[in-house]
Amino acid sequence: MTLHAHLVVERPGFRLDIDLDVPSGEVLALLGPNGAGKSTALRALAGLTGLSGGRFTLDGDPLHTLAAERRPIGMVFQDYLLFPHLSALDNVAFGPRCHGVSKREARRTAASWLERVGLAAYAAAKPRQLSGGQAQRVALARALAVRPRLLLLDEPLAALDAHTRLDIRSRLRRHLDEFDGATVLVTHDPLDAMVLADRLVVIENGAIVQHGTPAEVARRPRTDYVARLVGLNLYRGTASGHQVKVEGILFTVAEQLDGPAFVAFSPQAVALYRTRPNGTPRNLWQAGIEGVERHGDNVRIHLQGPITASADVTTAAVAELDLTPGRQVWASVKATETHAYPA
Amino acid sequence: MTRAPVAGRVPWMLVLPAGVGMVFLVLPLAGLLVRAPWPTLAERLAEPQVLEALRLSLVTATLATALCLLFGVPLAWLLARVAFPGRRLVRALVTVPLVLPPVVGGVALLLVLGRRGLVGEWLDTTFGITLPFTTAGVVIAETFVAMPFLVISVEGALRAADLRFEEAAATLGASRWTIFRRVTLPLIAPGVVAGAVLCWARALGEFGATITFAGNFPGQTQTMPLAVYLALETEPEAAIVLSLVLLAVSVVILASLRDRWVNTP
Repeated sequence: MTLHAHLVVERPGFRLDIDLDVPSGEVLALLGPNGAGKSTALRALAGLTGLSGGRFTLDGDPLHTLAAERRPIGMVFQDYLLFPHLSALDNVAFGPRCHGVSKREARRTAASWLERVGLAAYAAAKPRQLSGGQAQRVALARALAVRPRLLLLDEPLAALDAHTRLDIRSRLRRHLDEFDGATVLVTHDPLDAMVLADRLVVIENGAIVQHGTPAEVARRPRTDYVARLVGLNLYRGTASGHQVKVEGILFTVAEQLDGPAFVAFSPQAVALYRTRPNGTPRNLWQAGIEGVERHGDNVRIHLQGPITASADVTTAAVAELDLTPGRQVWASVKATETHAYPA
Repeated sequence: MTRAPVAGRVPWMLVLPAGVGMVFLVLPLAGLLVRAPWPTLAERLAEPQVLEALRLSLVTATLATALCLLFGVPLAWLLARVAFPGRRLVRALVTVPLVLPPVVGGVALLLVLGRRGLVGEWLDTTFGITLPFTTAGVVIAETFVAMPFLVISVEGALRAADLRFEEAAATLGASRWTIFRRVTLPLIAPGVVAGAVLCWARALGEFGATITFAGNFPGQTQTMPLAVYLALETEPEAAIVLSLVLLAVSVVILASLRDRWVNTP
């Protein structure tokens, strides 16, 4: 089972135009900022938003010509949309019933799905009696109970608190591993995407800006949005040999390449000095401190200068070097801690 | 939700007219209670003519409400969910009986469904059905006047309902009919019930269209409001008793609407 999709959705002032290929058993995450068009893409796949152009097939069968209710899909919505007047069991049985299964049979199927998501004890509960995590699992069971060939998940973890999220994320991962069809997941959380997806497609302004495995995307971000998501400083410059020139600063890098190139490094790799350090003449620039904020156990310093950069330092270093906004410092990065790749 | 009151005195410029308005609304009802022939109340209520009018009113109002539900709910759905050309015009036309003087409605019904009417003549010659001046005529007159209440109430509920539940149902394979039956209708049930109650109350109180289209035959078309009007000329105390019954019904409806349907989200 493979999804081949070319989706075009046009609205005043917005155009979504993307190609997606998802083999069966694979989870593809659509990642992107708000308004990038990822939910629109998912709704188009579900048949809830009409296509302005393009087409898509599942195992060669065209899907875009079918009405939403005829498509072999299962969808989990961001706020689950469990029918408030039906019990958890009847919510899950709703899909099988619509596919012509008898009431008894549908309920039996639903009961087994509730059991698989660990909620057999909540069969009679109404949605308002369920916690966020439980509602999410019922929604997943409801989507899977119709035996879809394409599973669509719209921000499936966004409505959960941090603690529940951890648990539900790993449960969802297990269910996705067992699911043999194609899965498209929409999220704006890089961690969800990294944990749940086999491949990422990053969408900005209705177009794909990067795609690849989570590891590839995390290691080689190609836009500022992706770099921020994965927590890297990213610059575009011109390479020649082991050097990349970015805004007048010469970065010495481990890789050898020529032409337009990206340089990426982690905020932790940036070292700050009050005065120009001796012995490390490379990868050095002078910057002004624009902001200081807590970041986990460390402190993140936002640097302004020829390039904007983030640097993570310890609390002790902040006191020692008196790193306050407005102060001028020297910043440097070791060549071994940078990563350069063709743009 | 409670709000902290705005500081300062309550201005008498508002309190005074508010008081007058309240008294104006409550006083006539109080007068009804004061002048009611309490000692002979039970006796008068048990009079066959009163019981007959009451029975006829309840039966016709209930049938009219059933007809309104049967045709009004689909009509409201169409107006709320399907974009068709002329939808605004249809919505305006549907609500006309709401503002039309009921007598005019009765005349219009007579012109269409009367024995010589546009449709009535055909009904009479083809099926031998005559509607004016029959109990069926009462039901039709009441349905005509009451249906807009149901349509407006149900359409409002449909517009307020979260469409995404219907989308979720569609992704589960539900056809539009299944979605309407198993998702939309249960979700808007409070709105439908409220509309039906309003509709029933309007039908129960119907006077103008009924007397014009169905006449005033005891046991056949003489509903409570008609009986009240007639009794007022011959036997004022009986009119008071009948009015009390209608008042009691109205209060019960209001109370039930308030507790169950109006204040719940």
